[in-house]
Amino acid sequence: MAKLTLPPVELVRSGHSACPGCGPALAMRYLLKGTGERTVVSVPASCWTIIATGYPTTALRIPMIDTPIEATGASISGLRAALDALHMSDVQVVGFAGDGGTVDIGLQSLSGMLERRTDALYVMYDNEAYMNTGIQRSGSTPLGAWTTTTPVEGMARGKGEPKKDIMGIVLAHHPVYAATLNVAYPEDFLRKAQKAASLKGPRFFHVLAPCPPGWKFASDQTVQIGRLATDTGIFPLYEVENGKLRVTRKLGQLKPVRDYIKVQGRFGHLTDAEIDTVEHEVQASWAALLQREAHP
Amino acid sequence: MTRLVLSGNYAQSYAARLARVQVISAYPITPQTTIVEQLAKFVSSGELPAQFIKVESEHSALQVCVSAAALGARTYTATSSQGLLLMHELLHWASGMRTPIVMGVVSRSVGPPWSLDADHTDTMSQRDTGWVQIYPESNQEVLDSVLESFRLAEDLAIRLPVMVAEDAFYLSHTVEPVEVPSQAQVDAFLPPRVPKGTLVPGKATRLGSYVGPADYVRFRREQARAMERVPETLAAIEEDYGRRMGRTYGGLLQEYRTEGADAVLLTMGTASTTARAVVDELRAEGKRVGLARIRVFRPFPAKEVRALASRVDRLGVMDRSWTFGQMGSAATEVAAAIQSSPRQPRLSSFLAGVGGRDVGTALLREMFRDLLSKEPSGLRWMDMEPLKEAPLHG
Repeated sequence: MAKLTLPPVELVRSGHSACPGCGPALAMRYLLKGTGERTVVSVPASCWTIIATGYPTTALRIPMIDTPIEATGASISGLRAALDALHMSDVQVVGFAGDGGTVDIGLQSLSGMLERRTDALYVMYDNEAYMNTGIQRSGSTPLGAWTTTTPVEGMARGKGEPKKDIMGIVLAHHPVYAATLNVAYPEDFLRKAQKAASLKGPRFFHVLAPCPPGWKFASDQTVQIGRLATDTGIFPLYEVENGKLRVTRKLGQLKPVRDYIKVQGRFGHLTDAEIDTVEHEVQASWAALLQREAHP
Repeated sequence: MTRLVLSGNYAQSYAARLARVQVISAYPITPQTTIVEQLAKFVSSGELPAQFIKVESEHSALQVCVSAAALGARTYTATSSQGLLLMHELLHWASGMRTPIVMGVVSRSVGPPWSLDADHTDTMSQRDTGWVQIYPESNQEVLDSVLESFRLAEDLAIRLPVMVAEDAFYLSHTVEPVEVPSQAQVDAFLPPRVPKGTLVPGKATRLGSYVGPADYVRFRREQARAMERVPETLAAIEEDYGRRMGRTYGGLLQEYRTEGADAVLLTMGTASTTARAVVDELRAEGKRVGLARIRVFRPFPAKEVRALASRVDRLGVMDRSWTFGQMGSAATEVAAAIQSSPRQPRLSSFLAGVGGRDVGTALLREMFRDLLSKEPSGLRWMDMEPLKEAPLHG
């Protein structure tokens, strides 16, 4: 397959107010290159409320509506309904919500949107905690991660529960298309964005979007760490179209999860034994994913 | 114009259809359900070419309307009681974003304990959310108010959401003859929405972004100014409506036989109809009493109430909800309105019709008797009186 070249169109302005090395900033930039200028974006309370800048400026060259944190699914149903009623059905509708705004407080609204078959793309940009409020754990924070509400103090070892399986939840609603994406792999990202834009019906993206201040790594490491997330098998890249799963970044031998964990301060307290446990779980889930691809 | 026998709920549905709403979103709740059932029929039959988004909660229903209105669509929703409370957050978003949504509310008590009956606790809890609130008295007025509300909400000088609150069951499920204007009459009265300050596909537009303190207060002041323009704008709309349809409702505060009155009772919604009959009886008996119906509660008709206070020595307010530690909800507003009045009438607050308790002529006569007595009670829970000695809990 010929390598994709990223389209030159930039719908995110350079004056946005993201932190240096911000994964979610890359996510919006790549996404809009795929969905194009005829896109309307709905953003709930999240990092992107701030990244998009405050009144009277806006960091996007396209329309954006801000909503309460839990309302993205409903908002994009409303945008689609208005566009259809006003005969502007060519416009792409995108919901762009954080992980907490999706897997926790926004889950009902997301479920509603998927169930009523809204023709829109819901993007969850996953930086694995409530980063905009200052690094509190969400349902999408991984097991063992330090956050301000899952401290490493005394007997406490960071978050005590595993990450919520949002793709499993979404796939149970049978969307027309769902995929995992990683800002560290822009060609794969763009291809999926373009594909999603070509389809009608409910679509969902789970985007891994590393966060330097929240994960505690240097801001020039976003892409390297993002790649390690996929290459260690922690965040595999795949897509599910009409129920058929396809792994879009094939991996021979998985890299050791230690390579990913050891470079992030949020996992700095994990012992070798704890990392070994993660390693075994990742290998098991990777094997299960390959099984699902081979035997749908 | 045709004459149909309609419930208050169907009057809402017919008005929304005549208004040619483009996006409807709702979640069912007793006693609102028949509004949206009828709208679902209109949409399914093709009589109303609208998008009807059936959502998983009232919170989502209002967000659908906010986002649809943000793109310029004419939107309608309806709810009641707990559903309105769940919408609370979005009520602020709707008004803060200046989306001209019209919502039918069937005013119902709030749990616990569970109760489905008429009460104003639900809408009164939302009085500071920046919505215009209209409380019709009849099914005819429900239909007329919804049509007027779209004109008002979408007026470029206003751009505020409006709720039309009808008393549960007394209006929502009771049928009466209603004059239904023709589509041509409504089209002439209510042209398509002219979008302003909306999102525009292809353009760098934004709604709802964060601001600094100086801009925040400026936006809030703009919202308050828009609310201040409602009385004048609504008066003009009502005049036009009256000219076309032959019905008006007397502005924000509708007075009845207040000339030369010693005491005037203020009411809202359906209790007003019974109260008007009681005023006639008492006038026939030589008592100088009158009625003032608060038709529009937000913005509160403070100016009109002050004008009334300058002529009348005793004012009573009947409320179906209260403010803890104070008195009835509307009574607190009347008290605030008259405190700057040159004359201070004696104010009484009557709590009645709470949780669906019936407000009959005897109860209303008692309110007037109390008002006219040498020492009026001041604050009185009328609904408790027949139950005085009855154990409430085992």
